[in-house]
Amino acid sequence: MTALTLSANHDANGRSVIAMALHQVRFDLRALIRNRQAQFFTLALPVMFLVIFASIFGGNGHTVTIAGGRIDTGVAYVPGIMTLGIIAAAFINLVISVTAQRESGILKRRRATPVPATALIAGRALTAVVTALGSAIVLITIGWAAFDAHVPARTAPALGVTIILGAGSFCCLGYAVASVIHDQDAAQPVTQAVMLPLYFISGVFVAVSTLPVWLVDLADVFPVRHLAAALLTAYNPHTHGAGFAGTDLLIVAAWGAAGLIVALRRFSWVPLGR
Amino acid sequence: MNGTTEHLSDINAPGATRTEPVVSVRGLTKRYGRREAVRGIDLDVHRGEIFAFLGPNGAGKTTTVEILEGFRACTDGEITVLGVDPATADGAWRDRVGVVLQESEPEPGLSVRECLELYAGYYRAPRDVDDTIALVGLTDRSDTLSSQLSGGQRRRLDVALALIGDPDIVFLDEPTTGFDPSARRAAWEVIAGLRQLGKTIFLTTHYMDEAEYLADRIAVLARGRIVAEGTPKTLGGRDRMTAAIRFTLPHRLAPRDLPDGLRPLAEARADGTTVVRSESPLVHVQMLAEWALGRGVDLPDLDIRRPTLEDVYLTLTDPTAKDQR
Repeated sequence: MTALTLSANHDANGRSVIAMALHQVRFDLRALIRNRQAQFFTLALPVMFLVIFASIFGGNGHTVTIAGGRIDTGVAYVPGIMTLGIIAAAFINLVISVTAQRESGILKRRRATPVPATALIAGRALTAVVTALGSAIVLITIGWAAFDAHVPARTAPALGVTIILGAGSFCCLGYAVASVIHDQDAAQPVTQAVMLPLYFISGVFVAVSTLPVWLVDLADVFPVRHLAAALLTAYNPHTHGAGFAGTDLLIVAAWGAAGLIVALRRFSWVPLGR
Repeated sequence: MNGTTEHLSDINAPGATRTEPVVSVRGLTKRYGRREAVRGIDLDVHRGEIFAFLGPNGAGKTTTVEILEGFRACTDGEITVLGVDPATADGAWRDRVGVVLQESEPEPGLSVRECLELYAGYYRAPRDVDDTIALVGLTDRSDTLSSQLSGGQRRRLDVALALIGDPDIVFLDEPTTGFDPSARRAAWEVIAGLRQLGKTIFLTTHYMDEAEYLADRIAVLARGRIVAEGTPKTLGGRDRMTAAIRFTLPHRLAPRDLPDGLRPLAEARADGTTVVRSESPLVHVQMLAEWALGRGVDLPDLDIRRPTLEDVYLTLTDPTAKDQR
């Protein structure tokens, strides 16, 4: 276990850590774009889910009750599936790639270079945020084209902030979870096993208004429900004001902060599985 | 670069302090719980030298090299690499150190050139990317995804990644383990080529032919201790060991017919050959030649052999040998 310090703004050679993180992002993004598994989880799967769920349960006058009124069920699926896309980009992909890079000695080899830890970690996190934004934009576009769902200009900034904050927080959680997985083959099943049940009770696949109260209370503990709720608030045409779901965002950020603490304490550059 | 000569002249110069060792280790000990993996070793590696750390698996080679690379802390001992304790080293130190790990996979999703561009960005004054690719002989693979390279090519990419920062010292941990003979030969050529760049190389290996081919100096590690140190020619007193002069006598002659100077040293072997053990082989070969020519006898299978480095190494690292502790 290697302790991490994330204090320096410049590395030993006086270069800006931000510049080095951006250097890392260029290559991490390129590698991610070529990764079929990542393409599937962040793009193909969310698009498929949106089309299937919105087609089965939406249209024909089907609506769901949300804060401030009712909206078409198909439209309601856009922020729900967006949650799934953000989590796939920021959490599932990150856990899989960080675990694989650590167990195959790639992180160790990078550690042998002068690159600051902060630049590598921030670079990978930024890659995840960019991917999450990309996934969200695709889903919003499909929602607009297929289900005539509009994001009010008034709440668009809130939607952007929610996506970025959500992606950032799930990155921190991803680093925390990666630090306890010793076997790279376990990364994908573990992350899916954690997330799948949460998707069902958090308003991703099924509207929260149709769930039993005790399930909603349970979901309220976890960040998925709050990210979905914050996205819905920013996406909901009935929302008044700027669309920032303060409490939900705070809870998501708190989970992120907790993840960050675990990640900083347990982060390892060297393989754990041997 | 004549780093080796320079180092030898440094030793010979009175009170030589001009170049301090690139690696200096005194009393290095590493314990894992109650097991002592490294049991007090001393070594110096000088600028421009290829130093081989030779030993069987489990001798403590990787533990030692990972302490020198700053990946592990030692239990006890004084260590400096480029004048700095690796345990406290920072980015400025890492800028001068290249590392080829025993096991590391290539960066997924990046081509050979992209891998090098990524790593070049980590260093203050990196080498040219295409020059470095050419140096390890991967020019025709530079646009290939690194995950599609063969084992030998991956290892050469590892070497290129360790060199891209233009380091002063390169650590190579078992660079050719698991290679077929031609891939090993190719890797050796790459490593030997680093000598031309004036790099100091610290190599661990369990192949004596690798150490013999590449190293200026060898230290043999067995059971956590250095059991011998020297050049490939002098290691373990190999240069002073007796040579074996071997030949087959025609059937009408026997060892007792040999001249007085050879008869006491000669021994008939079950396979029909005769072996003369000699500390001065030149004198004894001349004696033998004069005797044979005088009798009109030819010795077509005449062979003079000194113990190979492998013979010496196997004796030094013999697991059944008594530990002198």
